[in-house]
Amino acid sequence: MTAFSLGQRYIAAGAREGTYELRQVPGNALGAYLDGAKIEVFANVQDAAGDTMNDGEIVVHGSCGDATGYAMRGGTIFVEKDAGYRCGIHMKEYGDKSPRIVIGGRCGSFLGEYQAGGIILVLGIGVEDRCPVGNFCGTGMHGGKIFLRTAHLPPDLPAQVCVKQAEAGDKEIIRPLVEGYCARFGGEAEALLQSEYFLLTPNSQNPYRQMYVHN
Amino acid sequence: MEWIYPEYEVVRNADRCIACRVCERQCANEVHRYDGDLKKMLADERKCVACHRCVALCPTQALKIVKSGHTFRENANWSGQAIQEVYRQATSGGVLLSSMGNPQRYPVYWDKLLLNASQVTNPPIDPLREPMETKTFLGKKPAAVQRDEKGNILPQLPPQLELSTPILFSAMSYGSISYNAHQSLAQAASALGIYYNTGEGGLHRDFYQYGPNTIVQVASGRFGVHKDYLSAGAAIEIKMGQGAKPGIGGHLPGAKIVGDVSRTRMIPAGTDAISPAPHHDIYSIEDLRQLVFSLKEATGYEKPVIVKIAAVHNVAAIASGIARSGADIIAIDGFRGGTGAAPTRIRDNVGIPIELALAAVDQRLREEGIRNEVSLVVGGSIRSSADLLKAVLLGADAVYIGTAALLALGCHLCRSCHSGKCNWGIATQRPDLVKRLNPELGAQRLVNLVTAWTHELKEMMGGMGINSIEAARGNRLMLRGVGLSDAELRVLGVKHAGE
Repeated sequence: MTAFSLGQRYIAAGAREGTYELRQVPGNALGAYLDGAKIEVFANVQDAAGDTMNDGEIVVHGSCGDATGYAMRGGTIFVEKDAGYRCGIHMKEYGDKSPRIVIGGRCGSFLGEYQAGGIILVLGIGVEDRCPVGNFCGTGMHGGKIFLRTAHLPPDLPAQVCVKQAEAGDKEIIRPLVEGYCARFGGEAEALLQSEYFLLTPNSQNPYRQMYVHN
Repeated sequence: MEWIYPEYEVVRNADRCIACRVCERQCANEVHRYDGDLKKMLADERKCVACHRCVALCPTQALKIVKSGHTFRENANWSGQAIQEVYRQATSGGVLLSSMGNPQRYPVYWDKLLLNASQVTNPPIDPLREPMETKTFLGKKPAAVQRDEKGNILPQLPPQLELSTPILFSAMSYGSISYNAHQSLAQAASALGIYYNTGEGGLHRDFYQYGPNTIVQVASGRFGVHKDYLSAGAAIEIKMGQGAKPGIGGHLPGAKIVGDVSRTRMIPAGTDAISPAPHHDIYSIEDLRQLVFSLKEATGYEKPVIVKIAAVHNVAAIASGIARSGADIIAIDGFRGGTGAAPTRIRDNVGIPIELALAAVDQRLREEGIRNEVSLVVGGSIRSSADLLKAVLLGADAVYIGTAALLALGCHLCRSCHSGKCNWGIATQRPDLVKRLNPELGAQRLVNLVTAWTHELKEMMGGMGINSIEAARGNRLMLRGVGLSDAELRVLGVKHAGE
């Protein structure tokens, strides 16, 4: 429990163990390089939460700012409501490390930009009537998965991203995340899992490639 | 139309060649082959990159590589190179890709600056008989000395890097260069009491033991960056830019992400390692400040943070901002700095010479009264101890050497790093090539080079009557320009020879 956290930056930077409970809006870079500790925030959080996070958990009872989970390699971030721009940018996985970001509401533009691994799940709760992500979703994506609970696909997905309707097997991948979300914030996991989801993955047939010639 | 005449000819002295086929085995570019019918060695010179591996290992000195005499009709505007580049692009539709530093004929200001020496008054010092101090500390220096009520100095010095001599090995990632090259640099830095830099490819587990002499780098892709990595080094460098390719990021293709390179970067084998030029969380000095302090927070404020930028047009203003970001050291990389791969047009046309950038930055920080807030480290390219001393006289605290260090390891500057077939075992991940570089020998050669430069540095300082590198720093009166315009002299802050 951290008594005073209003606007305080870098809380729990690199922390390996323990639990941090915050009741005021923390400053930027909450849990940067987090390495196993748990953070639960009963307020909104600002930019760059979970920057280069390696392990642990961040739970936000509210919304988060931009660049949430920048280059995170492990651990899980649960956000009850919305996320800003560039959520999950440069997210990557390696070996037994595979990061997860779950956003309950909607996300700004550049979701999963340069994503190289891990799973981003956007539940879009309360915005079922429209697309829950902004522009340029998955730009530069070359690994990992993005799940969007919506019937409204982003209209500007790049050619380097494959999109399909999630099948029963795909939904099993996100079941623990949906259940984890409901366990923390309430809601009916089964009902959420019944919905329509789109699954975005990199298109290995059409990778990003600059054609070079030796000089 | 696609035919491009080979740039080099392999000249083989038939009287000396014993057809032992060493050249054939040594050439990863597959230039040499033995013709059983003719019973002699032949060469496909189109594949030759003039790396001299075959020449160096030929037991009978039967080989030499010469520039081919083949020429286009002479044209002062359309050089042979320019014509051939058009052919290459018309054939392939590709972006021209090159390696190592800018080879074009831009002015090298080091060669237009001359050092002073004492004569009658303030006599020279003989470094063989008198102590000469080259020890250098990099980091923030307090503006004023703090004392307690008894008058004792309060030692509240921000973290410093201590160097036995003002030289560091530049950032070169594991992936762009080999394991054995990294081991050579790490061992040499350790033996010399200086530092090497991991580059942005993470730190191999085997090299954590050299942590006290290691600078760990953080770039936009954050490859291999985690708590232990940040804690392992003596300092952390944020890479904002690189002299060889300002404004361009890194993209190590999946084919090079194999085995230990994959483990060290902490990304799966075969996936591309994309590190775009922008840090997408940095759009202002305030944002940079946030990354600087998040790194300090994560490492307990025990390590200096370096911010590395490319020398570009507004470098003085940029450096002024960085000096206010909380960074302890600014590294500036000039446009002649090396690289494992860069688009030719970027390498050859973007950025400015380090000499001018350094002089402008040092001057600007002095004028603003914040020179003590940061140390300055410059690179790209420092070719000798004379360049090193001239850099210090222009205001540098220390220099980064990359290309010179690779030359010490056997690099012959064939500028083909991006092919991944380095015959000298440096810019390659092919095990049969990597093992050609003996790390013990490599480390010794680096130690020799830096030791020799340090001796020369002392000798030149002694000649000026200066016995401490601190007294040389920013001492531009010890420099004179030759053949420089008023504008160049003004930017460099030096007088013309004879003045």
